[in-house]
Amino acid sequence: MSKQETKTKKPTPPRAKKKEAGLVPIFIMGKRYDVPESLTIQKALEYAGYLLVRGCGCRGGICGACGTVYRYPDSYRIEVGLACQTVVQPDMYIAQIPFFPGNKAVYDLEKLEPTGATLGALYPEIFKCVGCATCTRSCPMDIDVLGYISKAIQGDVAAAAENSFDCVMCGLCSARCPAEEVQYNVAILARRLYARHLAPKAKHVAKAAQDVEAKKFDKTLRELKGKSVDELKKVYKALEIEPDMAEEFWVPKDKSNLSED
Amino acid sequence: MPYTPELRELIKKVEKTRPARVGQKRAGQEFPAMSLAEREAILKYHPDFKEDGRTEILVGPSKGYKIAKEYVSQLHAQSRVNPDSLDLSRVDYETDVLIIGGGGAGSSAALLAQQNGAKVLVATKLRLGDANTMMAEGGIQAATKSDKDSPYYHYLDAMGGGHFKNDPDLVETLVVEAPKAMAWLEKLGAMFTKFEDGRMKSLHGGGTSRKRMHYAGDITGAEIMRTLRDEVKNHPDDIKILEFSPAVELILNDQGACAGAVLYNLETEEYLMVKAKAVILATGGSGRLHVQDFMTTNHYGATGDGLVLGYRAGVPLKFLHTVQYHPTGAVFPEQAEGLLITEKFRGSGANVLNIDGEQFVYEREPRDVEAAAFIRECTERAKGVPTPTGKSGVWLDSPMIDILKGEGTVRKEFPGKWILFHRYGIDIAKEPMLVFPTLHYQNGGLEITSRTETVRPGLFVAGEATGGIHGENRLMGNSLLDVVVFGRIAGCAAAEYARSKYKDGALNLDHVRAYHKALAAARLPLDGRVAPMILPDYSNPEVRKKQLTTKYLGTLR
Repeated sequence: MSKQETKTKKPTPPRAKKKEAGLVPIFIMGKRYDVPESLTIQKALEYAGYLLVRGCGCRGGICGACGTVYRYPDSYRIEVGLACQTVVQPDMYIAQIPFFPGNKAVYDLEKLEPTGATLGALYPEIFKCVGCATCTRSCPMDIDVLGYISKAIQGDVAAAAENSFDCVMCGLCSARCPAEEVQYNVAILARRLYARHLAPKAKHVAKAAQDVEAKKFDKTLRELKGKSVDELKKVYKALEIEPDMAEEFWVPKDKSNLSED
Repeated sequence: MPYTPELRELIKKVEKTRPARVGQKRAGQEFPAMSLAEREAILKYHPDFKEDGRTEILVGPSKGYKIAKEYVSQLHAQSRVNPDSLDLSRVDYETDVLIIGGGGAGSSAALLAQQNGAKVLVATKLRLGDANTMMAEGGIQAATKSDKDSPYYHYLDAMGGGHFKNDPDLVETLVVEAPKAMAWLEKLGAMFTKFEDGRMKSLHGGGTSRKRMHYAGDITGAEIMRTLRDEVKNHPDDIKILEFSPAVELILNDQGACAGAVLYNLETEEYLMVKAKAVILATGGSGRLHVQDFMTTNHYGATGDGLVLGYRAGVPLKFLHTVQYHPTGAVFPEQAEGLLITEKFRGSGANVLNIDGEQFVYEREPRDVEAAAFIRECTERAKGVPTPTGKSGVWLDSPMIDILKGEGTVRKEFPGKWILFHRYGIDIAKEPMLVFPTLHYQNGGLEITSRTETVRPGLFVAGEATGGIHGENRLMGNSLLDVVVFGRIAGCAAAEYARSKYKDGALNLDHVRAYHKALAAARLPLDGRVAPMILPDYSNPEVRKKQLTTKYLGTLR
């Protein structure tokens, strides 16, 4: 198709008339269906008769399986959303993008340096970014995708990690990127690098893990396991409860069942 | 959809009582928690105690056990495959360890099996990571703060939550392995919410005596799942992944061991044979069976497939007579119905209120008690808040959190929920949420040992598909922990079995033939129903009537 043709505006179909109260017309891959107006795109597909296999996951806006693009006949804009979260609007033209190929680098996290050079070596295409911000406009989670990719290019791994935290990896950014980037995979690499190598370690976790490795609680637990239900209930009822509003370093009065050191 | 004028009017009552409630919270004065006797008494309002909701299983190793009808209906259905029509000599895949399910347990198992030298095949119904793990929001329990907590307290809390019926060995394993699981996740680069010095932040959950709920914003499960998924994909030579390929039957061999599975390619509709030295069932839960018609928080693929497969292969069921209803599922707006509102809101101090803006239950009771109290308030006491769709709910007073912990806390600590409700025109930092119990977790499942072994050699089970760890009621944060702890153990145990205990033998599906015979002998009507269900059917029944040329088995062709 030539450039000229793609720019030609298609004739707008006549505004569909409402079939009956509460139903609105939508166009699933170009085909008209009348569906209740309160439904999400996902439920509208099912109402229309689809049994979803691809493009449906958690149905709660977190798994990223149901990336969807849509358009209104009198608008040039491509809109995006998660099918399970977006309520249908009259005259939407809808297509789901349940899968979009994206390369993922294979790596050993232990051996990587938490630097921009690592991001650039595993995903060199990030430097091809033209700064068009189509990714940001395509993000159903309202993440500033261009922003975190810019941070990745600048070598600020921590900022790339933190600013991409809400990503559900639906792939809509990648589907529309003129520089052919796979932003969400850059983002998860940044987050893993940050959490593994840059964020301060949780020393209490390491200590607690050592304590259980050293079998420090085996005897106490063996005793608990040996108790009758009534005895156990007695101990349970007498438990000292950490108050809701207690400060982080609250300590219980009874320390007999804590690690000694 | 923003709140209607009627609901806005009712919110005023919540606002009126709020200053006094915030004052009490600050002073450490809580609504009185229930005694063990009171807890027992209120549980009669819990759906588990509805006698007509249950029925007996008439075949198999747990014959006579009374559980929810929806489960029994799956167990009383036939296999999707006719054993006589499959050619078991035509093996499509061969591997050391076959893992059925690609959620938190399956992915943890895959990594540990690989680390222990096994070649792994992960077969999953939808995509890798499409699982309830992805949807767990609140956190993961582990006694990591030695100055105030230890596995001793974690053990007692888990037992208390489970009505002291949990399998003590499984609970011991859960709490002892917990700190190691946390250290492993931190090392894999899961981004937990921390203080500046690296100490992980932690909160209470319902029924915890110490604040041991570690979290990653309000998407803890998603953070853990996407990290595990990314790591699984870092081993393409050793871990093969087959997506959209659920297992529909286990395969045994003439040694009496589990030695593979029949997979179903959802797209090409082929049945494929996998031969394996060891098999791990990590198929997850069953919320999509909609026990007692409850709405559910569960993933689209949560149809209890593992229960059916394991049971036909001879593994008994435990604790499946209880089902967990999460107290706080959204009931408004309609589009969000059933959606999980994490317990972390209550852990952070939000009260629960009736139509008069009054407290009627302490907000951190164990889940079953909390849910039962909500149901009583909305039914017998008629103090529920009516929704425009004719349902009823109670208020969860999220704005308290900003007042108690500083403006902006809700937005920062609950970014996922804030955005979601914001899209519907509701600011949960300023307006309370309307909630009602929603089907959340399969407390019980297949019987395992603390090494995840079953009575069937070569068959291991991990995660929500098992029963015993949580007794009759799971505490918040113990399921993310369960999938990681027991997933890791299953990976090790299966790799070891494949290496040293596996004996080759001719493959067969005789257990399926025997099961079909037992169904016939129990005079169960052979109405063409098959299990596992694989996917729920939410397509329009009016349209279904017109889909004449398609022959359906369950929900799929």
